[in-house]
Amino acid sequence: MSHYLEVRGLEKTFRAATGPVRVLGGVDLSLEDGEFVAIVGYSGSGKTTLVSLIAGLIASDAGTIVLDGAVVTEPGPERGIVFQQYSLLPWMSVYDNVALAVDAVNPGLSGAERRRVTEEFIALVNLSEATWKRPRELSGGMRQRVAVARGLAMRPKLLLMDEPFSALDALTRATLQDELLRIWGERRSTVIMVTNDVDEAILLADRIYPMTPGPGAVLGPAIEVGLERPRHRRHMSLTPAYQKARQGIVEFLRACRRGWA
Amino acid sequence: MSSRLGARFVLPFLGLAAVLLLWTVVSQTVAADLPSPWKTWLESKRYILEPFFKDGEMNQGIGRLAFYSLVRVAKGYLLALAIGTPIGFFLGLSRGFHSAFDPIIQFLRPISPLAWLPLGLVVFQKSEPAAIFTIALCAMWPTVINTAVGVRGISQDYLNVGRVLKLSKLKMMTKIIIPASLPYVFTGYRLSLGIAWLVIVAAEMLTGTPGVGGFLWQEYNSLVYSHIILSVITIGAIGFILDRLMGLVESRFKTT
Repeated sequence: MSHYLEVRGLEKTFRAATGPVRVLGGVDLSLEDGEFVAIVGYSGSGKTTLVSLIAGLIASDAGTIVLDGAVVTEPGPERGIVFQQYSLLPWMSVYDNVALAVDAVNPGLSGAERRRVTEEFIALVNLSEATWKRPRELSGGMRQRVAVARGLAMRPKLLLMDEPFSALDALTRATLQDELLRIWGERRSTVIMVTNDVDEAILLADRIYPMTPGPGAVLGPAIEVGLERPRHRRHMSLTPAYQKARQGIVEFLRACRRGWA
Repeated sequence: MSSRLGARFVLPFLGLAAVLLLWTVVSQTVAADLPSPWKTWLESKRYILEPFFKDGEMNQGIGRLAFYSLVRVAKGYLLALAIGTPIGFFLGLSRGFHSAFDPIIQFLRPISPLAWLPLGLVVFQKSEPAAIFTIALCAMWPTVINTAVGVRGISQDYLNVGRVLKLSKLKMMTKIIIPASLPYVFTGYRLSLGIAWLVIVAAEMLTGTPGVGGFLWQEYNSLVYSHIILSVITIGAIGFILDRLMGLVESRFKTT
């Protein structure tokens, strides 16, 4: 049986000054259409490498990535990305940053229609008031909203999010998580989010893959998050489903670290 | 408050006074041929107070002479930018182009304008195009090198945005590569203008064309030494103003 996204035996080794560094050692991952999957692991374990591979920004040494029946060989807007930070083009307004994506994936639309779509995505992340501001005039949280809007504006088959909120302060992070929860509830995009925040993963994801610490990182067995949707942050931590998921992830990651260190 | 006022206005004035004093002392003692500041003023004031008079080809107000020089510099400078900017972009974008031409550029870069000028005269047979050729050739290197460095230094994050969106080559240039490297390009433009202005004096002295540098050399040959000082001060003042103007333009692009 084939899945919407199927990643098999993905390996990546980087050549460093001190010798080769095997970052990923055979990653397997599968995803169904409309699923929200989180990958949780320690910093430096190779999560960003995995996202870059699925995005096609770097080439793997071994393994295959198949999305909706097509083998991934290069980057493309059907795999939209929200980077950790610094990915907004600072010389462009919020509007132009989002419009760049809208124009790239909708060459057939008229100018007026593209304008409407661009404004729609800006409104989706509640930034209509900041439409003509430059990134440097925005707070970190607002910048990441723009990045999310741009990622969604690619109308991707799969949206990749690489620790999108990790550079934000805790309060802003919580707000953006809630917003993402709302947006995902409305649009049901297929999402892979990489994070080092276990609670963030549980709040947002249907399924969570823990990633072993590198070198040669692999994904552990998936942990289903049994929380019902729509989810709310309040009281979530008191439910048995939350505690079960959290325990599963934390125990797996701790066991990896012990075995490794 | 008063100490800041002192630092901004009083101290520079004291510095100027000290230089004028030193100049006077030197002109009265060791260098008898050096005109004193007062003598320089008396012999130069017509050139400054009536900056646009014209008595002959080489006897004109300092404003008129500066204008000739500025026009010549502008031509050479624009030529330098027109040639240097694309070369810089190619150097930054293409590894092969960089390998092929970087050694030649590093070799050509330190060659003095004095060395290029005779070659320009041989090639063009006329002093005016030879001067412009020399200015362009000497002034373009900072533009070439800064543009190349700026393009090569563009953050991979910005380029990845373009790759994910599968932007066309043209859109990649206009939307990402050019705006991302613009601050470096303009630093190159400012440095190039400084060099263009340095070269103009040498070019005019050697070709004897009317302008501040040509005037300087002619007055040296006519033994009117005060006018050499007038020319030197004019060259310095204009160079200073040009640099400040380019600095303003540059800072506009820095903040974006």
